[in-house]
Amino acid sequence: MPTFFEMRQLVTPGDLIAEGEYVAGENTYAENGKIYASRTGLVEYDNKTVNIVALRSFYIPRVGDIVIGTIIEVGFNGWTVDISSPYLALLRASDVLSRPFKPQKDELSQVLDMGDLVVAKVVSYDRTHDPQLTVGEPGLGKITRGEIIKIIPTKIPRVIGRKGSMISMIKQETNCQIILGLNGVILITGKDIEDEQLALMAIRRIDQESHTSGLTDRVTQMLKEEKAKREETKNESET
Amino acid sequence: MNQKPEKLIDKKGLRLDGRKADELRPIKIEVGVLSNADGSVYIEQGKNKILAAVFGPREMHPKHMALADRTVLKCRYHMAPFSVQERKSPAPSRREIELSKVIRESLEPSIFLEYYPRTGIDVFIEVLQADGGTRCASITAAALALADAGIPMRDLVVACAAGKVEDSVVLDLMDTEDKVGKADVPVALMPNLNAITLLQMDGVLTVDEFESAVNLAIDGCKKIYTMQKEALRNKYTEAKEVEE
Repeated sequence: MPTFFEMRQLVTPGDLIAEGEYVAGENTYAENGKIYASRTGLVEYDNKTVNIVALRSFYIPRVGDIVIGTIIEVGFNGWTVDISSPYLALLRASDVLSRPFKPQKDELSQVLDMGDLVVAKVVSYDRTHDPQLTVGEPGLGKITRGEIIKIIPTKIPRVIGRKGSMISMIKQETNCQIILGLNGVILITGKDIEDEQLALMAIRRIDQESHTSGLTDRVTQMLKEEKAKREETKNESET
Repeated sequence: MNQKPEKLIDKKGLRLDGRKADELRPIKIEVGVLSNADGSVYIEQGKNKILAAVFGPREMHPKHMALADRTVLKCRYHMAPFSVQERKSPAPSRREIELSKVIRESLEPSIFLEYYPRTGIDVFIEVLQADGGTRCASITAAALALADAGIPMRDLVVACAAGKVEDSVVLDLMDTEDKVGKADVPVALMPNLNAITLLQMDGVLTVDEFESAVNLAIDGCKKIYTMQKEALRNKYTEAKEVEE
C-alpha cells in the first residue's frame, strides 16, 4: 500500500496519490482501490485518510457556518444575499425584524438595502434548497464599519492558524476585531484606519503565501517591523 | 500561401515545417492569465493561439435550465474574425456550434458534475489565431482552465490529433496538412484513468492505419499532458520561489 507523494507536496487533478488501505478524504476520490486527486493542492495524510488542501476552491455552505454576504436583492418577504458561493442565500424578513413581518407596514429596503453587508449564520442548506441565513444571534447583523477582504475559503484555516495562533496574534498586534466568514470574506474593525490597514496587510500576506511553512513567524515579524516604521515616521513629523 | 504545396513530406521524411512524423508542434501554456475569470489558460500550439476562460459553478441562467441533480456545463467555442486568413464572420457558424458541443462532451466525463446541483459552469474558448487542430488545443486549454477554477475533476483532459498525409501517419496536423492530407483523427484522453473522451475521424483510413493513428495521437496526448501539469504547477511554484 504505497503512497506516491510526500506530505505537503503539490498535486494536480488526476494524480494517483495512494493505493491500498487508504481512505479518500477532502478533494480526493477513490476508484478501484486507488486514490486520486480531484483538485490542485497540497497532500496531507491524517492516519489513513488522504486529504488535499486545495489552493483554489469555492465556498459550499454548511449548516452552522458564519458567513459574510452582500444584499443583492430586496424581495417581498426577505433578501437575497450573495455569499460568494455557487448558491445564493436567503434571509427572511421575520428573522431580521424579530417580530411578525407585515408587508403593509414594513419597508424592507429601509432595514437592509442592496449593497449592505451582513454577518450571518447558515441555518439550513441541502442539495435541493438554497441556503437560508439568520442574523438573530449576538455578533450577527448588518456591518456598519470596518474593512472587508476576500480570500479563497480553503485558506481560512490558515488565517486561524494552529489552535488560533495566527488570528490571535494578528488581533493582538493590530488591536483590531476580526470576524472570519467561512465563505472567505473577512471583516476587520479597528480603532482607526491605520490599524485596519495593518491587519489587512497581514491577511493579504497569508493569502499569498498560504502554502508555505513558518508563516506565523514571518507575519509577526512583518507586523512588528511595519509598526516600528510607522512609529518612526510619526516621531519625525513631531520633531 | 493558399497554393497547394507539391510535397507534404520531403525525401528525408520531414514535413512542411520540418517536423518528423511523430513530432508535436512547439507548445506554450500559461495558467491564470485573466483576472475576471475564475480560471483561465492561454495556449500556443504552433501557430494556434487560444484563450480559454471558465466561470462557475454559479447560479444557472436562465434558471429553468438548471438541473436538480447536477451542474450544467456550457461551452462556447468561438473563432475571432481575425483568426484566419480570410475574415470570418463573428457570428457562430455551424462548425463552431458543433465544436462547442464536441468540446463540452469531451470535458463532461472529467468533472464531478453531481457535486453541485442546480448550478452552471461556463467555458469560453476564444481562438485568436487558427492553424489546424484548434479543437484539440481548445480541449487541452479548457480542461486546464477548469482545474485552475478549482472545479473538482477526475483527471485533466488532453487532446491531440493524428492523421494521414500522403502515405504516412503523422502526429499533430497543421492547417495545410489537415486540408490537403487524407485523414484527421482527433483524440481526447484522460491519461491517468486511461479513458478516451473524444474520438473523431475525418477522411479515409484502413483499419491498420486507424489503429496506428489512434496510438500515435495517444502518445502525443501523454506528451502534452506533462506540459499541462507543469503549467498548472508553475502557477504555484513560481509564487513559492519568489519569497524564498
